[in-house]
Amino acid sequence: MKLITAVVKPHRLDEIKEALQAFGVHGLTVTEASGYGRQRGHTEVYRGAEYTVDLVPKIRIEVLVEDDDAEQLIDVVVKAARTGKIGDGKVWSIPVETAVRVRTGERGPDAL
Amino acid sequence: MPPGILLAAEEPTLSSANTGFMLICSALVMLMTPGLAFFYGGMVRVKSTLNMLMMSFISLGIVTILWVLYGFSVAFGTDKGGLIGWEGDFLGLSGLGLTELWPGYTIPVYVFAVFQLMFAVLTPALISGALADRVKFTAWALFVALWATLVYFPVAHWVWGAGGWAFELGVIDFAGGTAVHINAGAAALGVILVIGKRVGFKKDPMRPHSLPLVMLGAGLLWFGWFGFNAGSWLGNDDGVGAVMFVNTQVATAAAMLAWLAYEKIRHGAFTTLGAASGAVAGLVAITPSGGSCSPLGAIAIGAIAGVLCAMAVGLKYKFGYDDSLDVVGVHLVGGVVGSLLVGFFATGGVQNDAKGLFYGGDASQLGYQAAGVFGTLAYSLVVSAILAFVIDKTIGMRVSEDDEVAGVDTVEHAESAYDFSGAGGGTAPRTAAVPAPPATPAPEAPAKKVDA
Repeated sequence: MKLITAVVKPHRLDEIKEALQAFGVHGLTVTEASGYGRQRGHTEVYRGAEYTVDLVPKIRIEVLVEDDDAEQLIDVVVKAARTGKIGDGKVWSIPVETAVRVRTGERGPDAL
Repeated sequence: MPPGILLAAEEPTLSSANTGFMLICSALVMLMTPGLAFFYGGMVRVKSTLNMLMMSFISLGIVTILWVLYGFSVAFGTDKGGLIGWEGDFLGLSGLGLTELWPGYTIPVYVFAVFQLMFAVLTPALISGALADRVKFTAWALFVALWATLVYFPVAHWVWGAGGWAFELGVIDFAGGTAVHINAGAAALGVILVIGKRVGFKKDPMRPHSLPLVMLGAGLLWFGWFGFNAGSWLGNDDGVGAVMFVNTQVATAAAMLAWLAYEKIRHGAFTTLGAASGAVAGLVAITPSGGSCSPLGAIAIGAIAGVLCAMAVGLKYKFGYDDSLDVVGVHLVGGVVGSLLVGFFATGGVQNDAKGLFYGGDASQLGYQAAGVFGTLAYSLVVSAILAFVIDKTIGMRVSEDDEVAGVDTVEHAESAYDFSGAGGGTAPRTAAVPAPPATPAPEAPAKKVDA
């Protein structure tokens, strides 16, 4: 199994979700995140005091998949997340040793 | 306050219109303290929101009681040497007749006492904005009690009490530019010079956590201020209170626009915090002056105050004092500007016949105003610094550095302002026992199945 993690622009969430559903993914986890890469933050002013806000809001999407589907699924996410502008984010995958479905106790790919 | 002059033939009679109006004004002024709490509360970081709200609310408790016990007597009792008042009948407000009137006034003394009570509550609360994030709540409560007793009650007597030195000199302070705003602003400066800066001042970002709360608070202040200002004439028989009402609106509008314009030119944006701050700066500046100027004069006073206060809030970074929410920059500077501008913009045709420099008068009114400003500022600054020093050396003014960093809300109040977590709670019964893991791995499912 693989864990696919995507850190992308928040407003792409619906597109990505739809693309994943079309691909056959039945569940995912979304976290609100913040960070920066090449895209930098902005400046805010409060009574003349200027603050540089470095961290840009992002969402972090996590999906568990079987090994064979991983590469294809990454392509699906990248395609749905892309706007072509700086700050589109990153997608990566890492191997996962095991997974358990809490309700039934099923293990491995059955738990997906 | 109107002068207490009574011609022999004019025995005052109780006016139910004025009495009703003044009771409503008293309620309006009461609303300013919660308004101020939200104005300040939105400006601090999340971790000290409740503390900021409570620093204002506690004044509603403490000062109300002190005012009844002896505050009214010290502020408005029989004059002793121009410095304080004292009147046995006023202790506990026990000796006041139900319909007792003072010479020249048409509202019962009870009504005057409760109207003035709301001013006494608001003024210490104003100081709290400079002390954000870092003060022990017990130390603050003690400070409020001592400061009201030693500073506010006497200064209210100087400025508004018959026989008070500033009142007799001819200082014009219609509704409290001197007694309330300069007084509170100078006190704030005195205290922060003693207790020092917040941890991380000038280094860490200290952004307002909720500008909508700030706007709400500014709106409540603006609304309540009509009672504060127009009510300070204590009645409506000669139209002066109505002029004050108009000027309050006009100067506030002008100051808000002036602050926004300054900000747009200087920093490139019209900010909501700028709009709220500009409005408050205008309200402060028109408080002493609105009963002596024309509406056009009010536009000028508001605009001048808006720009000067917008410039003044930057001084703390230059000089390194941590006036956290700009009590000095807005209330002290706004109060001084408004008080001194009386010497320029008084028309001589509203609350009395004193004329300012722009209306053919000489510099004498400006001199009186400067004396009132300086006397109040110096006294409040020094006494407040001494009070803070004494409290700091006995029970300590500040929470520990660790507690300050963790947040004064949880340490001093055992609460958090907001619960953002969706985790925890939930007692739904289990529908099935947790199954044991299968002994052998199940065969691979043929269908593609992806889940997380």
